[in-house]
Amino acid sequence: MKKKVGVYICHCGGNISDYVDVEKVRQSVESINGVYLAKTTMFACADSNQKDMVEDIREQNLDGVVVAACSPKLHLLTFRAVVERAGMNKYNFVHANIREQVSWAHSDNKTGATEKAIQIVKAAIAKVQNSEALEPVKVQATKAVAVIGAGVAGMRAAIELAEAGSEVYLIERSFFVGGRIAQWDNICGTEETGKELVTRLYDEVIKHKHVTLFTGAEVIENRGSVGNFMLKVKVTPRYFKLPCSDGKLQEAIDVCPVIVPDEFNFNITSRKAIYHNYPSEYPQLPAIDMENCTRCGKCENVCSSIDFTQKTEYLNLKVGSVLLATGYDPYEPKKGEFAYGEIDHVVTLPQFKRIVHYCDEKLSYKGKDIKHIAYIYCVGSRQVDGENKYCSRYCCTVNIHTAITVKKKYKNIYNYHFNRGIRTYGKQEVWYDESSRLGDIYLQSFDNDPPVVEKRGDKILVKIKDVLTTDKQLEVVADLVVLVTGMVPRKDNSIGNLLKIPKGRDNFFNEIHMKLRPVETVIDGVTIAGASQGPKNVMESVNSALAAATKSFSLVDSGELALEPTVAEVDEQTCEWCGKCDEACPFNAFEKVEIEGKLIARVNPVVCKGCGMCLPVCPVNALNLIGLTDKDVENMISALIPND
Amino acid sequence: MTVGEANNDSKILVFSTDKISDPAIDMAGLLKLHYPPTVYTITIPCSSAIKPRWILYSFEQGFDGVFIAADGTDCPYGESCTEKTGLVVGATHQIMKDKGIDPARLKMAAICSVCSESFVKHVVSFNKYLSKSSN
Repeated sequence: MKKKVGVYICHCGGNISDYVDVEKVRQSVESINGVYLAKTTMFACADSNQKDMVEDIREQNLDGVVVAACSPKLHLLTFRAVVERAGMNKYNFVHANIREQVSWAHSDNKTGATEKAIQIVKAAIAKVQNSEALEPVKVQATKAVAVIGAGVAGMRAAIELAEAGSEVYLIERSFFVGGRIAQWDNICGTEETGKELVTRLYDEVIKHKHVTLFTGAEVIENRGSVGNFMLKVKVTPRYFKLPCSDGKLQEAIDVCPVIVPDEFNFNITSRKAIYHNYPSEYPQLPAIDMENCTRCGKCENVCSSIDFTQKTEYLNLKVGSVLLATGYDPYEPKKGEFAYGEIDHVVTLPQFKRIVHYCDEKLSYKGKDIKHIAYIYCVGSRQVDGENKYCSRYCCTVNIHTAITVKKKYKNIYNYHFNRGIRTYGKQEVWYDESSRLGDIYLQSFDNDPPVVEKRGDKILVKIKDVLTTDKQLEVVADLVVLVTGMVPRKDNSIGNLLKIPKGRDNFFNEIHMKLRPVETVIDGVTIAGASQGPKNVMESVNSALAAATKSFSLVDSGELALEPTVAEVDEQTCEWCGKCDEACPFNAFEKVEIEGKLIARVNPVVCKGCGMCLPVCPVNALNLIGLTDKDVENMISALIPND
Repeated sequence: MTVGEANNDSKILVFSTDKISDPAIDMAGLLKLHYPPTVYTITIPCSSAIKPRWILYSFEQGFDGVFIAADGTDCPYGESCTEKTGLVVGATHQIMKDKGIDPARLKMAAICSVCSESFVKHVVSFNKYLSKSSN
């Protein structure tokens, strides 16, 4: 039992102390037997307080520390590092959560919140008094990272990891790299087109000896954990072999009788079962879409590169970390949402960008010349009734940039922007300014009173009660209505389920903390990057990719990882091997050993993940988790109950 | 709310899990979703690690109810968690019956890492049940 415990109670500015009487908490715990000092602090995580803690621990020879502050998910590691700097074993530190689970949760009841905070701090003191100095479990970490998704974020992360010295497996589900960016022509803020950007990244990826790219590949199984993930990857063949002659290939495409909507062009065009999305696409080898191929054999007759004998391959990869950069899907409006799917000339922004790509001299769509274009913003984002409450961030800027492009590329274009407040944040404001100078007209409505699209004769009318002209009812006759659709999570998110990555309120992958641990997930060793985490533009995606690559690399770099020592422990006296723990363990961490003629269970601490599934099945209660023993739990339970 | 009112709330011990349900309880606070301040949490790695003796000890010490915020199918340690947690609850219910403790004082629900509203709904209704049954 410790005699010199230091307790620090954080105000968190006012986040805690506005609702919890921190001084009362301090007074309630200072006289507990074994508590040597109890202090309140404005910000426990601030450098100044960290220095004070280090001094206290050293000068007063503290043997245990409790910090009552925010959730341990934010600052457990911060304070463990503080006590380590002072020479104390980090497992003699206990974190009490009095912000997320007290002051914020009970901001409606200050008395109740203070009472609860007192009991929680008492429980933390009870726990630290019984704590032991522990050493982390060391495991070998494989110096390889699997990057899932070869879009702009995935490729950039792969290059960064390879340059740092890690082996990289870049796994792309489709047959071509580039993700969504390959579908874009000009990108705002750069002279480079999406295709050029993809080409540049692909060239770097391919020339790097440490990167292995798999296309048509999908992770279908995951075992292991941080340091040693065992991934099973299914690689679907392209049914093409090198060398592939362009002329013969075009003949093969021409004879293919299968016609399906072309997803690359958001279904505004069609393609054959043999396809490449655009002629110079990477890898420069087309693929056959076997879901739609009828195996008629016509292509084989004209092109010798086609090889139907290719088989699906299964690969087992061992990696230390997994970086997810699986991207987003554009929001698909529901039938009838702003007349989408009901009026021919209502399209989405991604479709519009493809239309602009295909129209050279003049802008036309489905046989109609386009002059007057109405853009309706926030379709599928900031929904009043739907699930997508978030702002998709990129759409205002991209749409305005596209509107400018259209105005410069074709003659006599009139743009009308039906928005709900323009969010061209940061330097992106320059395009808003440019579009206004070019004469684009901005009309604005509130969330609950969106514009209405209707057909009158052969005309499309867009009506709005415009708040910028004191609620005047205005109408625009448009040749084309563009729905400025936002980003939604990938429809097929099976990789997230496979790796058990939690999703946030917006259904994108969730980081541990937006600011403090922005690319890590609660699954150790799995990092997230790009728009898989939430709407981002190219620059933001690349920034997050570099951050995730650095984080993943830091895990695998040293070749060894220090894991939590919270593993199962067998009481050799009590244990009489019955095998139930072995049956319950999902990781095969138990082995049967004989000690002095007695059979007992033994835990392999490197294999044990510390889940504790074995604990309740032991008929003689011979199992405990180190750092969470019966005594620890029961001391906390007793301390949580007020004495009165 | 006054102290007197706060005291009418039942004391509930929640076993939350480090990676799944505890983040949801944290987020309930972040979203200012209120629940009785007599709900306390002990965080463990996995809900299938709870020993029946901890639950029984909680009742002995004066908790009115124990709520297991289980990992459910989201458990990072494996799919068997749901079944194993169920077995713990089943076994504990039996002991509670044998000891003459109302088995409804132990409740379990799967709380995913973003199921904050669901958590609050569960503990609020559990608190109502416990407050009623103690009267």
